[in-house]
Amino acid sequence: MAVIYIDHRAYEVKAGKNLLETCLTLGFNLPYFCWHPAMGSVGACRQCAIKLFKDKDDTQGRLMMSCMESVKDNMYLSINDPVAKSFRSQVIEWLMTNHPHDCAVCDEGGSCHLQDMTVMTGHTYRRFQYPKRTYKNQYLGPFINHEMNRCIQCYRCVRFYKDYAGGTDLDAFAAHDHIYFGRAADGVLENEFSGNLAEVCPTGVFTDKSLKEHYTRKWDMTMAPSICQHCSLGCNIIAGERYGELRQITNRFNGEVNGYFICDKGRFGYEFVNSINRIQQPIIRTKIPEAVDKNSLYDYLKTVLSNRTVIGIGSPRASLESNFALMQLVGKGNFYQGVSETDAQLMRTILHTLNAGHVHIPSLKETEIADAILVLGEDLTNAAPLLALTVRQAVHRKPLENAQQISVPPWHDTARREFAQEEKGPLFIAYPTKTKLEALAANCQYLSPDEIARLGFAIANRLDNTAPAPQGVDEDTLQIAQHIANTLKQAERPLIICGTSLRNEAILKAAANIACALGTEDKKASLFYVMEECNSMGLAMMEVPSLKQATEALKKKEANTVIILENDLYRRDAKSAIDDFLEQCEELIVLDHLHHETSNRATVLIPVGTFAEAEGTLVNNEGRAQCFFQVFAPKNENFRESWRWLDEFRQFKQGISPEDLQAPGDLMMEMAASMPQFKGAEEVAPSADFRISGQKIPREPHRYSGRTAMLANIQVSEPKPPEDHDSALSYTMEGYRGIPPAPLIPFFWAPGWNSAQSVNKYQEEVGGPIRGGDTGKRLFPETPAIENAFLNTIPPAYKASPGEWLVVPLQHIFGSEELSIYTHGVAERAPHPYIAISQQDANDLNTREYQLMQVTIGTLNYELPVMIKKELPHGVVGIPYHVSGLIGIAWPAKGILKPVMT
Amino acid sequence: MALTFLHMFRKRETIQYPEEKVVLHPRWRGRIVLTRDPDMGERCVGCYLCAAACPVDCISLQATEDEHGRRYPEFFRINFSRCIFCGYCEEACPTYAIQLIPDFEMAEYNRQNLVYEKEDLLIDGQGKYPGYNYYKVAGLAIGVKGKGEGDNEDPPIDIHSLLP
Repeated sequence: MAVIYIDHRAYEVKAGKNLLETCLTLGFNLPYFCWHPAMGSVGACRQCAIKLFKDKDDTQGRLMMSCMESVKDNMYLSINDPVAKSFRSQVIEWLMTNHPHDCAVCDEGGSCHLQDMTVMTGHTYRRFQYPKRTYKNQYLGPFINHEMNRCIQCYRCVRFYKDYAGGTDLDAFAAHDHIYFGRAADGVLENEFSGNLAEVCPTGVFTDKSLKEHYTRKWDMTMAPSICQHCSLGCNIIAGERYGELRQITNRFNGEVNGYFICDKGRFGYEFVNSINRIQQPIIRTKIPEAVDKNSLYDYLKTVLSNRTVIGIGSPRASLESNFALMQLVGKGNFYQGVSETDAQLMRTILHTLNAGHVHIPSLKETEIADAILVLGEDLTNAAPLLALTVRQAVHRKPLENAQQISVPPWHDTARREFAQEEKGPLFIAYPTKTKLEALAANCQYLSPDEIARLGFAIANRLDNTAPAPQGVDEDTLQIAQHIANTLKQAERPLIICGTSLRNEAILKAAANIACALGTEDKKASLFYVMEECNSMGLAMMEVPSLKQATEALKKKEANTVIILENDLYRRDAKSAIDDFLEQCEELIVLDHLHHETSNRATVLIPVGTFAEAEGTLVNNEGRAQCFFQVFAPKNENFRESWRWLDEFRQFKQGISPEDLQAPGDLMMEMAASMPQFKGAEEVAPSADFRISGQKIPREPHRYSGRTAMLANIQVSEPKPPEDHDSALSYTMEGYRGIPPAPLIPFFWAPGWNSAQSVNKYQEEVGGPIRGGDTGKRLFPETPAIENAFLNTIPPAYKASPGEWLVVPLQHIFGSEELSIYTHGVAERAPHPYIAISQQDANDLNTREYQLMQVTIGTLNYELPVMIKKELPHGVVGIPYHVSGLIGIAWPAKGILKPVMT
Repeated sequence: MALTFLHMFRKRETIQYPEEKVVLHPRWRGRIVLTRDPDMGERCVGCYLCAAACPVDCISLQATEDEHGRRYPEFFRINFSRCIFCGYCEEACPTYAIQLIPDFEMAEYNRQNLVYEKEDLLIDGQGKYPGYNYYKVAGLAIGVKGKGEGDNEDPPIDIHSLLP
C-alpha cells in the first residue's frame, strides 16, 4: 500500500500499479488512448499527462505521462493543474487536426472513446485551417470495416492484433505523420480475434461490419447480459436488439472468464437469430394446413401427452431450465441426453475426474498465468478460441517473471517485450495436425489419438512411477515424455489441457493421470477441459443415459412418443443410428428455433426462442453456471422459451386444461432441490423480484430514442411496453441508473464514458473483478482429494491398417459450429469440405492435392478433394468437423478411401 | 368606456384566417421536412442524432447504405401527434437535413394521419440552408467524391513514399 496525494488530497492506493490506472480506479476522469488495461502502457499518445511534484512544497512540478509512472509512497500529483489540463486539451486538438468530419456516418459514434475524451478535455472548435490528411481504405474481410481517415495513431490495433492475439497480417506502415494501420494488401484479416479491433480501436477506424448492415447506435439498443452460445467456454457477452432484430454482440467483461476480449465466432455468429430459417409457427404435420395456432397445438398435445409414455431427449445447447423442464415432463427415467454414447461416455469420464477431486479446474483467467502448458489432442484456436488467446498470454508471460528483477513494472508493455525478446514459456502440443499455436510451442507431436493418449500415459508414468506405463513406446517418445514431465514438474503452475474433440476417452484418462501425478498434497495440478457445446457440461451433470439407451427403450416398445429439445440429432451420431431412432417414433415432437434435418422429420414442430429471446442458465466447461437473459420480447409470440412450453405440457399431462395453465415456478430452485449437483446454480443471478431502490434494471440506455414513433405506423397509440416477470430487468428505459450487480449489467455506460471503456467504472479496480464479484458460480467445489487412483486403460499402439484409415474430426472455428454458420461472414470464412491426407498416404493412394477422393464412412459416401497435410501420422486422415454436408458421422470413425477416377 | 371605444379604432390583431394567411418568419418552427443537398441527394445520413435529441422520442428511423456506401434512412418516421416543435432535431442535425419550416396547417381528424413517413417528409429542395453538402466535407468516399477530393482535404497519402 502507498499513500499518494492527488490535488492535495491523500489516497491510499496499491503500490506497483501505474498512476493512470490508479487515478481511474479512484474514479478520476483522466483521458487516455494508447493504454489498455489488458495490454499495458506504451506511452505513445501523450494524452494522460499529469503534473508530478517533487515533494509537498514543490509548486513548479513537471508534466509526466501518468501511464508511464509507477505509484510510489508519498507522491504528490495534480490532475487539475492548469498546465496539465491545457496540455491534454492541446494533445486532443492536435490529434483532431486530421480527424474527419464524419461522426454522423461513423459506426463508432455514440460509443466512441475519442468522442468521450474530446468532450472530457473540452476541445470544441477546430482552429487548424489547413487541409486534412486522407488515406485510402482497405477491404478487410466480412467482419471488419476499415476507414483509415479516422485514425489517431495510438497503435492499439497492432498492439492487440500482433502482440496480444498473435496475428501476422495487420501492421503499421509508412513513416512520420503518414503512419498507416492495415494489411500489406487488401484481404481478409485472418486472426480469429479481429472483431476485438472494433472495441480496442478508440475511434472508428475498425468497426463491426455486421452491425453496419443494420446500423443502430449504442444508445438505441435494448441490451441484456448474455452468454455466448458457440462453444463451451461461456464467454460473457452483451446482446443488443432494435426493431425486433438482434443487431450486435459486444464483450461483457468477466474477470474470471473472458476478460476484455471475445472471439469472432462469438461476436459475429449471432445472425441465426434473425435467420429466415427460423421456425415461425407450431406445425402439426398430420393436419391440413400444417401450421396451427397455439390453441390447436395445446388441444393436440393434451391428448397426445396424457395418453402415452413419452421419452425426452435433452440437448447440450439448451439451457439447464429447458433440459430440466423436459425431464420434469417425461420423468427422470425417460429422459436421455441428446448425444451419442461415445460423447456421453467422454463426459462421464470428465465428471468422474472432476468429482474425484484430484485436480484443480482452472478458470479461463487462471490459464493465463500458467507457466507450463501441455495440450493433449485439442486444436485450441478452433475448438475453444479464447483459450488459445489466454494460452498465448501465458506463453508470453513466463519469460517476464524475471523482468521484476530488473525492476520493470508489470504494466510496462514495451520494456517487458524488449526484455523477453523471443523467449517463450514451455508449451507442448500433441495433435494429429499442425495447429495455429504451433508457432509458440516448444514441442509439437503429430500423433494419432491413441498415440496422444499413450504419450500422456508415458508422461504420467515419468512423473510418478506408480502410474501405469504404456508398453512398447519407442525411445524418442520416451525422451519427449521425460522432457515434458521434467518441465511440468519444475513449473509452479502447470496446466494440462485436453478435451472431447478427438472423441478419445484414453486422452482424457491420460490427462487425468498426468494431473494426478503432478498434484501434491497442498497443491493440485490444473486440468482444463474443452467440450463441444455451451451446455455440454450442464447436460452431462444431469447424469442420464444417452441416445443409445433411448433407442433401446423405443425398440423395447417402452414408449413411442419422443420430445426432442433444441437438438439436431444428425450432428450427434451416425446417420444410420439416428434414422433408426427416429423410425421408432410414432410421434416425434421437436422444439427448436431453426429448421434442420431432425426437425424435418418431426410430426409436431414447436418454435422456441433463441438465447436472445429466452432466459436460461448454462454450465461452461469449468463447471461455472452463468445466466443469460432475454434481450427483447419478440414480435412473434410463438418464440417462447423451451422451458415455458415444456412446463405447460407437463401441466397437460397432469390433466390441467389449457385455460387453467399456470406460469412456471422457479425451475432452477426445483432443479437444485432435486439434483444436489446443481446446488448454487439457482443463485447465479438475483431473483426476479430483485430491486434496487425499488426499481428494476433497465435494458435500454437513458437516451433510447423513438419510443413514440417506432410502432406508430401500426398504431399511433403506443402499446404498453412488455413486462418481464422472469428477471429483475425491464424492457424500458426507466429504472435504476447506477451500477447493478455483475450478472445483471445490460450494458456498460458511465457519465462521460459512452464507449466500452466505461467498464473501468464498473470494476473494483481497473482490470480487476466487477464490483460485487464477477458473474457465475462454480458448481464443483474444491474437494479434498481422495487418494491417487490412476486410471489404467492404455490403448495399444496405433497401427495403420491397410485399406482402412482412421478419420479424425478437424475443428474449424468458422464452420464446425451449428448456429454461427448462419452469419454469412462466418459461412464465407468456413472451409469447403476436404480430406486431409499425409504425404505418404497420398503417395500410397497415388493421389495429388485437390484430386477427388471417395471416402466411405460406415454407410456414408463422400467425394472430397484431397488436402495434403504433411505432418499427419500414417494411416490417419482428417475431415473438417461438421462443415456443410459432413454431418451424420459417428466419431471416432474409420473410413475407406478410393481415388475418384476421372 | 372611452378606452373601449378607443380600441375600435386600433389596428386589428385578429386576421380572417384562412382567407387571410398569417405572416410567418423563415425561422418559425412548424412542420418538419427532410431536405436534399445541392446535387439533389438525400441530405439525411441516418445518424440518429435527431431521434436522440427529441425530448418526446417521436422520431424513429433506420439507416441503410446504397451500393457506394452512402448512408440514407431506410425509413424515417415522425409521429407529429407527439411532436412539440421544439426544434432540437434541427439543432442536432449535422447535415442540415431535418428542418422546421413555417407551416402549421397540418390538422387532421384522425390521429393516425399525423404519422409522417419519409415520403411525406422529404422535399425536393435545400430548405433554409442552401449550398451545404455534407459528403463534400466528410472524410468518406461514398460516390459523391473520392478520397482526398473533399473541401479542405489533401490527396490520399502514398504509404510507400519515404519522403519527409
